[in-house]
Amino acid sequence: MSRVKMPEVNAGSMADIAFLLLIFFLVTTVIETDVGMNRLLPSKETSPPVKHNDRNVFPILINKNGEIFVKDDIVELKKIRLLATAFLDNGGAEKSSKGYCGYCRGDRSSFSSDNPDQAIITLKNDRETKYEHYIAVQNELVGAYNDLRNRESKLLYSESYTQMEGEYDNPKTSAKRKTELKARIKRVREMFPLKLIEETN
Amino acid sequence: MSKFAKKKDGDLPAVSTASLPDIVFMLLFFFMTVTVMKDSSLKVENVLPNASEIKKLEKKDRVIYIYVGKPTQEYEKVFGTEPKIQLNDKFAKPAEVGDYILGERAKKAQELQNVLTTALKVDKNANMGLISDIKHELRKVNALKVNYTTYEGDAFRNIQ
Repeated sequence: MSRVKMPEVNAGSMADIAFLLLIFFLVTTVIETDVGMNRLLPSKETSPPVKHNDRNVFPILINKNGEIFVKDDIVELKKIRLLATAFLDNGGAEKSSKGYCGYCRGDRSSFSSDNPDQAIITLKNDRETKYEHYIAVQNELVGAYNDLRNRESKLLYSESYTQMEGEYDNPKTSAKRKTELKARIKRVREMFPLKLIEETN
Repeated sequence: MSKFAKKKDGDLPAVSTASLPDIVFMLLFFFMTVTVMKDSSLKVENVLPNASEIKKLEKKDRVIYIYVGKPTQEYEKVFGTEPKIQLNDKFAKPAEVGDYILGERAKKAQELQNVLTTALKVDKNANMGLISDIKHELRKVNALKVNYTTYEGDAFRNIQ
């Protein structure tokens, strides 16, 4: 019985071919970031102005040097989150009145917001304000809202708000779970509605 | 006659390169999986700011991109050093943003046209005046869902 020995295929150039492909992919592709902050712009039709009490407004101004002012005082970026949380969570309305906020844990000061539904944050910036400063402040404000929403969400559903949002956005989540999440997210959002007004001078 | 034949001095065995293709293929597959094809070449500087309270942008087919930043060095002579808007492959004025959005929207499938997000990829050194102009244009064409694309990181690094 004779057996013909097959000649071995030379694999020496395999590395070169692979390198070629590798370099092609290195050149033509980019690593992209696909994360960011989602915001909803106000619609074109503006509703007539509503008069708000001064205590229900939390004015923030970023000037062109990146200095942050809250009610005319310079404030460090690190303190914005605490200040905003305290303002939103204040719940200053009287216990007997209609706007009383049962779940608020703030100081209940009469100089700060009545309840989260009334509390409005206004964010003003100059035309020369740098984008990175604006994003930093936005990030802190969204963080303040997320902290409060997480707190309430954990009490109600023992699950954090940001987690639920992430799961809701995930395309792998089942439809049944999504409807459940949607109701929960809506409920938590209503407790601390995002009321942020932006303005550029 | 010795039991152990003495090796010749100075005769190093060759390093085996048989696993080299495997290593390179591994690298290749890594890059193939984590990167995406470039769709438009950037003509502006695009170092995004950092933020921590972020969400992932799911479903790429529902996103329209707008780039803002200082023109890169090769375009500096023609377009100056002030931040500019880049739509697809060319520089644009703020007034052109509305038409661009409408055009891109018309290209998408019917059922997606109402759920589109506009991703703003803005250089961290751009100024807010330009951004608010863009936002004003977006409101005009009713493209209200906006995503400020950022890097994942500590927001305090934005303010030194």
